[in-house]
Amino acid sequence: MEASGLETKSATKKKGKLSPLAAREERAAYLFLLPWILGVIFFLLGPILASFALSFTKWNLFSPPEWVGLANYQKMFHDRDFYNSMGVTLKYMLLSIPLFSAAALGLSVLLNQKLRGMYVLRTVMFMPSVLAGTAVAVMFSMLLQPDAGIVNQFLRGIGIANPPRWLMSEQWAVPAIVLMGLWGIGGGTIIYLAGLQNIPPTLYEAADIDGASAWQKFTRITLPLLTPTIFFQLITSLAAAFQIFDIAFVLSGRGARRGALMFYLLNIYNESFRESRFGYASALAWVLVLISAITILVINSTSNRWVYYEVDTKGES
Amino acid sequence: MGLPSNIRGKKRPFQYRISKFSKNFMVYGILFILCAFILLPLGWMFTTALRPDNTPTFTIPPEFFPTKYWHWENFSRALTNRNLPFFIFTLNTLKIFALNVIGSVISCTMCAFAFSRMRFRGKKMLFNFLLVTMLIPFAVLMIPTFIMFNKLGWYGTILPLVVPAFFGNAFFIFLITQYMKTIPVALDEAAIIDGANYFQIYWRIILPLSMPVVAVQVVFLFLNTWGDLLGPLIYLTNTSQFTVAIGLASFATRENPNNNLLMAANLIMMIPPLILFFFAQEKLIGGIASVGLKG
Repeated sequence: MEASGLETKSATKKKGKLSPLAAREERAAYLFLLPWILGVIFFLLGPILASFALSFTKWNLFSPPEWVGLANYQKMFHDRDFYNSMGVTLKYMLLSIPLFSAAALGLSVLLNQKLRGMYVLRTVMFMPSVLAGTAVAVMFSMLLQPDAGIVNQFLRGIGIANPPRWLMSEQWAVPAIVLMGLWGIGGGTIIYLAGLQNIPPTLYEAADIDGASAWQKFTRITLPLLTPTIFFQLITSLAAAFQIFDIAFVLSGRGARRGALMFYLLNIYNESFRESRFGYASALAWVLVLISAITILVINSTSNRWVYYEVDTKGES
Repeated sequence: MGLPSNIRGKKRPFQYRISKFSKNFMVYGILFILCAFILLPLGWMFTTALRPDNTPTFTIPPEFFPTKYWHWENFSRALTNRNLPFFIFTLNTLKIFALNVIGSVISCTMCAFAFSRMRFRGKKMLFNFLLVTMLIPFAVLMIPTFIMFNKLGWYGTILPLVVPAFFGNAFFIFLITQYMKTIPVALDEAAIIDGANYFQIYWRIILPLSMPVVAVQVVFLFLNTWGDLLGPLIYLTNTSQFTVAIGLASFATRENPNNNLLMAANLIMMIPPLILFFFAQEKLIGGIASVGLKG
């Protein structure tokens, strides 16, 4: 991303002396940036270094920290909670990411139709995206009640005699969370819709003249031109899956089977703020960073093959 | 910043019109079903919130619209409940929100001003660094910042939820920078000729002109502070300081809460963002969309 609107090459190119005016401007600029620079030092770089150092210690905050080397990292190999939280998070990713991408894409195509009353329909579909995870979780804890909740009443109504017990069961707790995400799919749809509206209408007109069918237009024009959006959504939803907390916290306390919703971040929260194992929890956080970094790098390296950038955006960001 | 406006329907050859009618019919059909999927749960919750105590929460068939019971006092009961007073929680959350607005708007617009309109060495590098910092997961920062605030004696106060806002936020700085770049440079130049200093240009010219993007920022800040559960959960110890999110979470995780009051409390948490959504829909959607496109 180009950082400057008014930059002229000569002003920044010379490393040597600046004119008094330019020097004044530079001083002023750094003063404007000071709050952020301080923030980076105290709330970002400092904590990151501290967290890295902490991950090699054993510390409960009360006694002095004790250096344990790689013991925290070795411990994970035998830690049932670690495997469980990793499994829950991975299961959620595998279920949710393909489903959410397809659903959000499909919905955005529907909402992009130029029809009367579309504004109202869009409003309704986007509505859940502003609701807090806690509130949605509390609501769904009631909707998914296995015996008389409305979801299972509906499922029985359409002929499923033994609907899943959702949060009460080991296998169906994660799908229940996916269902909740589907209810709030509007948030992701907004981004796809913006992507769709960025596609030049002339392409569709040209395809019409050539006699292309709706499906051909979708697969040959819409999908390829949306790949940057899909790529962005893929990366953010991977990162988001590791950050799931509110829903898991509320629902683990409210009736869900123990451990069935132990998402990765909830496990870190438990290890640190409940069990006071701050060193071990820091190590868990670093493993999370490592895994997400590797995943994002791998996906990024494949992006050349399937993400289509128009010429004018090439070289940016 | 809104989505590009719809393109008017163009005249199509006749044979398209019939197939278009059935296609529209299908689109409407699917969307109505999806809207029901969104709205019915909310209706059910509202119905439940208006029930008297000691009536079964789950009825067969389910009731999606209140018909029998209209116990509006359930809302005031949730707001003034002695153990979990949601009115106090609302005030607490609004206080944190207000302080976040002050801190975040000032610090982020200042940085964005420098990034968008000033020349200085290291700008490109710092801006790229800013973008990279958006990728750092909160989980890594959570523990050391907790320890730091704990050592400062801020545990059990709202300071950890407020003070960081005064030190900028990468996402908002990025968003505002992109907006400020679109304001004509001639304004700055004219002001410099008139003898204004940089702070005056920022405060008198650019900041007032940036209000549309600041409004987007404020909307996002509200949704973030209103919905934040983890922050208050880590730092707040006393019920009298609780925010709505943590109040609701502790209500929900109690043994056998009154479901009607729980749903009333849940609506208290849902209604302010919804009101905001109806008033700021364009801004919000434009904000989310621009992030997605530029990310």
